[in-house]
Amino acid sequence: MSMLRDAIMQAFGEHVRFDHGLHPSSVATCLVSRDRFGEAAKVMKKAYALLAAEWAADETLLGRGYGVFACYRWGNEYLIVKTEVPSDDAWFPSLSRRFVPAFRFERQIMSLMGITPAGNPDVRPWIKFEDWPEDAWPLRKSFDAAQQMPRVRGEYPWTRAEGEGVYEIPVGPVHAGIIEPGHFRFQAVGEDVINLEERLGYVHKGIEKKFESLAWQDGVKLAGRVSGDTTVAHSIAYCRSLESMTGCPVPQRGHWLRALFLERERIANHLGDIGAICNDAAFAFMLYQLSRLKELLLRTNLRLFGHRFIMDRVIPGGVAVDIDPAGKREIFAEMELLHKEFERLVLIYDENPSLEDRVRDTGILKPAAARELCVVGVVARASGLNLDCRIFHPFPPYDRHDWMQLDVPVLISGDVHARAWVRIQEVRESFRIIRKILEDMPDGDISVPCAQPPADTTGFSAVEGWRGEIIYWLQSGPSGEVNRCMVRDPSGVNWLGLELAVLGNIVPDFPLCNKSFNQSYSGHDL
Amino acid sequence: MNLYPFMTEILQIMIVLGISPAFVGWVRMLKCWSQGRTSAGVFQPYRDIRKLFAKNVVLAENASWVFRFTPYLVFGTTVLAGGIIPMLSVDLPLSATADVIVLVALFAIARFFIALAGMDIGTAFGGMGSSREMTIASLAEPAMLMAIFTLSLACRSTSLSQIVTVIFSGQIQLRPYLAFAFLAFVLISLAETGRIPVDNPATHLELTMVHEAMILEYSGRHLALIEWAGMMKLMLFMALGAVLFFPWGIDVTSTAAGALRAFLFLLLKLGASGVVLVLIETGLAKMRLFRLTEFLGSAFLLATLGMLAYYILD
Repeated sequence: MSMLRDAIMQAFGEHVRFDHGLHPSSVATCLVSRDRFGEAAKVMKKAYALLAAEWAADETLLGRGYGVFACYRWGNEYLIVKTEVPSDDAWFPSLSRRFVPAFRFERQIMSLMGITPAGNPDVRPWIKFEDWPEDAWPLRKSFDAAQQMPRVRGEYPWTRAEGEGVYEIPVGPVHAGIIEPGHFRFQAVGEDVINLEERLGYVHKGIEKKFESLAWQDGVKLAGRVSGDTTVAHSIAYCRSLESMTGCPVPQRGHWLRALFLERERIANHLGDIGAICNDAAFAFMLYQLSRLKELLLRTNLRLFGHRFIMDRVIPGGVAVDIDPAGKREIFAEMELLHKEFERLVLIYDENPSLEDRVRDTGILKPAAARELCVVGVVARASGLNLDCRIFHPFPPYDRHDWMQLDVPVLISGDVHARAWVRIQEVRESFRIIRKILEDMPDGDISVPCAQPPADTTGFSAVEGWRGEIIYWLQSGPSGEVNRCMVRDPSGVNWLGLELAVLGNIVPDFPLCNKSFNQSYSGHDL
Repeated sequence: MNLYPFMTEILQIMIVLGISPAFVGWVRMLKCWSQGRTSAGVFQPYRDIRKLFAKNVVLAENASWVFRFTPYLVFGTTVLAGGIIPMLSVDLPLSATADVIVLVALFAIARFFIALAGMDIGTAFGGMGSSREMTIASLAEPAMLMAIFTLSLACRSTSLSQIVTVIFSGQIQLRPYLAFAFLAFVLISLAETGRIPVDNPATHLELTMVHEAMILEYSGRHLALIEWAGMMKLMLFMALGAVLFFPWGIDVTSTAAGALRAFLFLLLKLGASGVVLVLIETGLAKMRLFRLTEFLGSAFLLATLGMLAYYILD
């Protein structure tokens, strides 16, 4: 299908240039002039596309200015629209009027790359903090990552709410639990939340910049540490993006093992999440029982694959660890046990009225809003959006739809229960898929050596991690080195959903809403 | 002069001070078991209190005398409340001078000051906790008084000793109004002591807290005193329920042997009440904050029904 490609061809005619050298071939990249970048967004919006990501790349080493990219998704088609921005006149038309999440992407582009999104009403810094000099653009090639930054005084202009009885509750960035840092500022009247503003960036580590100083082979290790709980999915996304640049023929068994790791990661995290959601409603029993099941799974990972979270086991060209028949038997037995116990716990979740009272109708993200915000993954599927890269942008064995018959749960209520229930269904599906993968896994090599990518090429991949779609976009420089690595964790868009879902709820229900989203801070801040 | 009442009074206060951490430890231990976890043992709360006493107090710069004074006041009033409830013997000097209304008032004073202290520092959480605590109090206290007045009516006295004596002597048998009052009392106890489904004593989520939100700024010995007072309060409510509705074993003979027997019965009853508490807490999620009005409203309704039942049936 090429709905988006056709739409843009029709609207732009000869004014759009398709870059056929870009990889993978299924994901087209087209170049439009800067003035018509916004118009392209309008065409995409009309074609019902969602904005998947927006980013910029410094292409001065490649003899160009900056490149600003917007990636759109509709069904199983991704289309990247690029515009070129000269370095002495660094601005581009904002897409925030067409696509809501663009405003955060653009704030990020503004803060880190120093390209002004013209027409974006909100140009407050994002991720970069106000105590950095305003003209320090860490993602530009001219920025030396080793330098010490001087501290400047600055103030972050928060959204204000005034009126009788309105008060503010600042929460974080350091929280009471063992979680990552992030600041939430509530404006409330009594217990009713009238506005929530998130402030992230406290775990900004310069990951995207760091990629540029690493060799291609080493980048996968860093990708595996973008968000520790999603290490498998991030590694796969990085590897697939790199492999798309070089046309690396990953052996089937390598693909299948990746899928196995991916599903195991999904189960482990969903088990933890379902328990944590219940625990935030003070139903601790579920947390401890599900944590126990998760622990069993992690220990099997350690025994069979050498790492509890299967970190660093996915490498460019395949995977680093194989599974033997004894290992298969162990996983079969484990799946049997976990599945049985899991179903018992689901029954408790499902039949406890006091718990049901808490999770239903709490933190509703309406389907229309979910679409506007272009959310992905579990959050999207709980709000009526049928998105799943395992179906729409699959790698083997997911591409064998008839064989796998993946049943992706989509609910429309958009509340905490829906997000919990989508997870429950996905765990069930993953139990089934893992068995299927183990039964039919092809023999052969698990990896092949991968060639170095040629100069000035790009690679793209989208992989369904347990939170949702992870996008990697790689670009090689003039001598074939890493020029840019763009990472879009699901958290990059889903955090917006939380701001909207919590409106109209009461303050003490926020933790429950937040836990049902459970987005990554590290994956967002990069 | 008969020393027995004074001896039991002192003994009882010692018991309240000494046993309450173990009681909380027992509840936590049961809770761990009910969730399939290994527990830290019955004596962990003692270690926690000792640890807190050994720590320095960190005071906010703008803390006023209210903030510093509150822990002592809360601790004092709770100990005093422990002296009023006839747990071992009905022959208590303090129980003769202070009746059940004083008991409710003592808890109210402690709550009033702790709510003030919660707002004293000026953090958002403290104020939020105080506001929620007062909402709960305004609903729980009338219900509590109604439930106990039902018993007072039946026993023709507001003195706890008198009520217990009358019930113990079997002058009133099992009546519907007792059942109503008891149910109301159970609901109120959960709210007053900040247990699930009203409040979650184990949570780290600032935004959902009630009691914990008010005492977030406390540290060191201040926190130790407040925590200890909280443990005593939990035990006192359980003990109060036990002596009012199940007064078996209490000493009415004013002998040492009677007091010892009463003590053993008290331990048994506390142990059993811990089991019931844990069963309630494990099986329920915390309510939405605004469901509390329904919860405490039904407690009030039950208490009122008890009183009506008394007038109609007796």
